[in-house]
Amino acid sequence: MNRRISPRPLDLERGRIDLSHGAGGRAMAQLIEELFEAHFDNPLLARHNDQACFEVGAGRMVITTDGFVISPLFFPGGDIGSLAVHGTINDVAMAGARPLYLACGMILEEGFPLADLRAIVASMAGAAKSAGVPIVTGDTKVVERGKGDGVFITTTGVGVVPAGVDIASDRAQPGDAVLINGSIGDHGTAVLSKRENLSFETEILSDSAALHGLVAAMLAAAPGIHAMRDPTRGGLAALLNEIARESRVGIMIDEGAIPIAVAVRGACELLGLDPLYVANEGKLVAFCAAAEAVRLLEAMRAHPLGRRASIIGKVVDDADGYVQMRTSFGGTRIVDWLAGEQLPRIC
Amino acid sequence: MSVRYVDEFRESRLAHALAAGIRSLADPARTYRLMEFCGGHTHAIFRYGVPDLLPANIRLVHGPGCPVCVLPVARIAHALQLASAHGVILCTYGDLVRVPGPQRQSLLKAKAAGADVRIVWSSLDALKIADENPHRQVVFFAIGFETTTPPTAVVLLQARALGVKNFSVHCNHVMTPPAIVGLLERPEAQAPGSVPIDGFIGPAHVSAVIGSRPFEPFAERYRRPVVIAGFEPLDVMQAILMLIRQLNDGRAEVENEYARVVNRDGNTKAQRMMAEVFERRAKFEWRGLGELADSALGIRPAFADFDAEQRFDLDVVAVADHKACDCGDILRGVKRPTDCRLFATGCTPDNPLGSCMVSSEGACAAYYAFGRARERAVAPV
Repeated sequence: MNRRISPRPLDLERGRIDLSHGAGGRAMAQLIEELFEAHFDNPLLARHNDQACFEVGAGRMVITTDGFVISPLFFPGGDIGSLAVHGTINDVAMAGARPLYLACGMILEEGFPLADLRAIVASMAGAAKSAGVPIVTGDTKVVERGKGDGVFITTTGVGVVPAGVDIASDRAQPGDAVLINGSIGDHGTAVLSKRENLSFETEILSDSAALHGLVAAMLAAAPGIHAMRDPTRGGLAALLNEIARESRVGIMIDEGAIPIAVAVRGACELLGLDPLYVANEGKLVAFCAAAEAVRLLEAMRAHPLGRRASIIGKVVDDADGYVQMRTSFGGTRIVDWLAGEQLPRIC
Repeated sequence: MSVRYVDEFRESRLAHALAAGIRSLADPARTYRLMEFCGGHTHAIFRYGVPDLLPANIRLVHGPGCPVCVLPVARIAHALQLASAHGVILCTYGDLVRVPGPQRQSLLKAKAAGADVRIVWSSLDALKIADENPHRQVVFFAIGFETTTPPTAVVLLQARALGVKNFSVHCNHVMTPPAIVGLLERPEAQAPGSVPIDGFIGPAHVSAVIGSRPFEPFAERYRRPVVIAGFEPLDVMQAILMLIRQLNDGRAEVENEYARVVNRDGNTKAQRMMAEVFERRAKFEWRGLGELADSALGIRPAFADFDAEQRFDLDVVAVADHKACDCGDILRGVKRPTDCRLFATGCTPDNPLGSCMVSSEGACAAYYAFGRARERAVAPV
């Protein structure tokens, strides 16, 4: 690391973000050096360019970007920082790609405590390190008090798809099996449990995790996976509807086969929410030929992030593209797109 | 909450046993038209696929028991005036914010345009917001049947006890028994041979507050059996079985399937609080049903300081529903959602024209979300 730009280090215990931290001068350079570079530390970032330049191996490139806006910033099982790393890695991985690098844009609100920012940056750095995907370039802006929500983070990820892998939302075919790597609704419920106006006691942790290792294991077992996506906002229901629309197929799922933690079910009952529509951050849904399904399921279950993997349904012919569910009760119902945000029912 | 006590009411094996019982009891020579008054029942019926388990001659008719659906446009206009023209912090339950008001304006759109509209999960949250914003006027826009009325009474009692100066309630609480009477008093219910409802699946949470007794006079007078039922799918199936048994026997009684929560007299403490704070309005407009006498609650003069209708100068706007919208007929059980020309074309949950499409408990929204595939499979009746 270079010699310090300011004789007095940042007060990371009691200091707060002020407008000078985004103004392009000494204070901003100090923030970047003492906080971001110190934590994200890697050779590409250390070159202090406005971009990162690197060699790319053979294969198709993948790029994705995602904005992270969440309240509260810290929640059971994670925080906005680790979420911003995991979310973007997962978006890269859902193409079957190996994620290489991340870029990160931070929008900070004037007055935001540096101690909280340090915790977030440390969490990002930890998540990036354990995923093996370094944050190699970035940007920092500060907005006036009242014009942000503490911290907004945008992360961009690049990766490479190995030859022979062709995963896309429009490739699900009638007869395909639908698999998920574990229980749904954990992230959304964990976040809700800490909302200011709703706090309730629970042991539910967010499932926030980087899934590229699991994806690599899945591709080793079943290279012909047709479609794959992570059920984040809108939950499993939105994901299934997206795939049904893009692939022009119907999907029939079996309610009894969908893993849901007891505490999540309890919380959703209490709040009048349907776990099918609740967000996840460490889950993926894969569509593959029926003949490969059991092999894929076994590979998923052998991975730590897929122990509770399950085959939850199958793709069917349906010109209308309906997603339907056989209920545990014995009937069937449509699993529709959500209209607006899922809101609590009045009674 | 333990999920153990939930699963017991959703057991597929029990459902099939009940379905077999219903099939063996139902007379194939007749049709049973059973209205579930309450939106909670409509939701459960579709969410769990209850119609799949019933014979075709049992028709479930969706009633006006969704508080959002029956709220007339004029009251939404009040909410919009409060939030926009009067600049208050308007607190309300989530279902309400998307309901279209005059010129298809909604609270959600008003919020996007700068109004301070906040979704609360309980009436007490609204009072808390008032405490945190002493220089702003905070209005709780209260809606709901007897279920949500006691919490509004509690918050008014608290506000008075604390001497809060910046809090008031816009009261839109309505009552179930007068609505059922309203349905049965309509001309189409009087004409011989055209009665659209043979019996009622009675409301669960409402009855937990008011008890089953208030349904007795009209069961007798109008000769319609009522079975109070919980919101679990097995409750609904059991209630259907009990209604069929009554109809086959020619009985018209109030029976209580939901005895684990409801008794004949209800929650008398809640009733006392409601009586202290609220009084019946002489008449109140219901969307789809028109004006019904003694069907809604207003805030008593003793609490006038906390009555938003007294505190703020609100215009009375007469706004007609969309001409092609059949919400009124659907709320009365005369038409099914799919009979409406606008259903799933001009009117969808993302862009609702009528109130029945707005709330997840509305009949049209439930049909749209859960029932369309079934409609495709089963020829319309």
